Amino acid sequence: MLMSLAGIIFGVGFFIVTQAQTSGFEQFFIRTILGTNGAIRIEDKIQDTIFAMAAAGHNAGESKFEVAADRTGRKYIEGVEDPKLIIDALRKFRNVSGVSTVVEGSVIADSSFKNDSAKVYGINLDDHLAVSDLASQVARGSGSIDDFRHTPQGVLMGRVLAERLQLEVGDSLILQAGTEQRRYRVSGIYSTGVSDIDRVRIYVHLGEARSLLRKTTGASFIQVALFDRDRAPQDARQMEQVLRHSAKSWQEREESWLEAFKALQVSAAITVSTIILISGLGMFNTLAMIVIEKTKEIAILRSMGYTRSDISRIFIWLGTIVLVIGTVGGWGLGAAVTYGVSKYPIKIRGIFSADSFQVSWNIWHYVIATITATVVVMIAAVIPARRAARLEPGDIIRGTSQ
Amino acid sequence: MATNRPEVALRCENLHRYLGEGEGRVHVLRGVSFEARRGNVTAIVGPSGCGKSTLLYLLGLLDQPDDGSIWISNELMSNSSDLDRTAARCEHIGFVFQFHFLMQEFSALDNVMMPMRKLGRLDEAQMEARARSLLADVGLGEKTHRLATQLSGGEQQRVAVARALANQPAIILADEPTGNLDVKNSALVFDLLTRLAKENGQAVVLVTHNPDIASRCDETKPMRDGEFC
Repeated sequence: MLMSLAGIIFGVGFFIVTQAQTSGFEQFFIRTILGTNGAIRIEDKIQDTIFAMAAAGHNAGESKFEVAADRTGRKYIEGVEDPKLIIDALRKFRNVSGVSTVVEGSVIADSSFKNDSAKVYGINLDDHLAVSDLASQVARGSGSIDDFRHTPQGVLMGRVLAERLQLEVGDSLILQAGTEQRRYRVSGIYSTGVSDIDRVRIYVHLGEARSLLRKTTGASFIQVALFDRDRAPQDARQMEQVLRHSAKSWQEREESWLEAFKALQVSAAITVSTIILISGLGMFNTLAMIVIEKTKEIAILRSMGYTRSDISRIFIWLGTIVLVIGTVGGWGLGAAVTYGVSKYPIKIRGIFSADSFQVSWNIWHYVIATITATVVVMIAAVIPARRAARLEPGDIIRGTSQ
Repeated sequence: MATNRPEVALRCENLHRYLGEGEGRVHVLRGVSFEARRGNVTAIVGPSGCGKSTLLYLLGLLDQPDDGSIWISNELMSNSSDLDRTAARCEHIGFVFQFHFLMQEFSALDNVMMPMRKLGRLDEAQMEARARSLLADVGLGEKTHRLATQLSGGEQQRVAVARALANQPAIILADEPTGNLDVKNSALVFDLLTRLAKENGQAVVLVTHNPDIASRCDETKPMRDGEFC
């Protein structure tokens, strides 16, 4: 029984720890994506085709918004032609907390050491700070946002790109787009934590980007921040219908990553649940043995007037005691290991960049671990309990006496 | 209160019981009728396999007859539900078996309190006081907190007697209660059982092979081949 108890403690504990880690990295990813690319991105204008116009319009009784939700056969015109108009409309959405116009283009970044391909993001700093975590990302890197604010030729570079070009704050570099090339100074180096972003992105002032990329009007996209990030898919659908521009929520943009995280969480849960399952089997064996060993005691209790339910309850109680101690112990173990892991200094560099394990403290991890343990332990206890209750006292005592 | 109690604590009529299956099926009891009166000690004697214990388990509602009727304190119990028979055992019947069947992990006091806990008529303090009193009556007043494993065979059987008397049942059924004890302890346990039962006006029915014990009972019912002789 002690082994089963230990198994439940470890099973529940490890369940919590693995869920805390997998969802910790998922939350880290979501925070980073929201803090970098925003909750919704409004880009390419939807082209009115004959099919779309016919469908959108003009069948009696049909809303054109419903029809616009169908994306098949749709064509787009690249970019946002009139960002001011779109921004004015976006600000009317109650869930929108900020908008930022971005002009994007590919460049070659040339330091004195080497050159590398990169992407320039032209931004209005104050607008962009309202829709991203750029300030804290720079704080995690080096340099300062203020320096960028006051330096027209200043740039903010991703940590990975800066390392590849061997650039530091204050160094200069040349950005080349087509035949246009200009010299800039590194005002700050930011670190989002996601290497794919830190490897290519260079922020410059919007006016500079327009000049460098020769995009004097319009915008590549508009980044939108929301008060309630979970409503992004519904808001994006509405924006698309109203603004006639492609609007992608963060859930849609990062669907494959989010699904990968979900699969990892489920896989970890199943793997760790086997510990609980094996403990349950151990407990089932133990209780079944107790029923066999204690048949005389069960019979004498029945002869005293204890009912079948009373006998059954003894074994259910045994299971419940193991469950309660095991679960509470598992919570403690899970919480302690989760805390320990979150404080353990480890440099993670790759898809993610972090200096410790990312963990998420979520009551549901504890609830699901408890439900799993409860189901397993109760099944393990109920079967021997029913068997014990079915024993006939007369048969047992007669067998013992003979 | 004693005046309202029926004089006959236990009665059975025309009891039949078969044991085994198919060709091995044996007609163990062949129309047995019997009654036990309060304050009376009845011994059922007979050779092994004559049906003494089977009769005792039927009377104790631990088993059900294939035919016939059993009344406990004038209430017909032979065809009642498992729950009703269990409740009747708790309230009206105390058992003493050849083996003491004490719960080894519990003290003598706890063992005696077990039937009282199920009946639920007394509070915790009253149950403990009664258990102590019963253990004192059987000469174990100094060993109430000893585990069953820390008592000798005779002492364990005396605890079993105290346990059987715990709920003040109308009927005490004893199956070879002295079968595992030496002569001295046999006499001690028998004297205890009969004295306490008589003091409390309980009907005692005991199955025994011991002629000395049988001869000291108020009534002896010899049995052979599933019938009283």
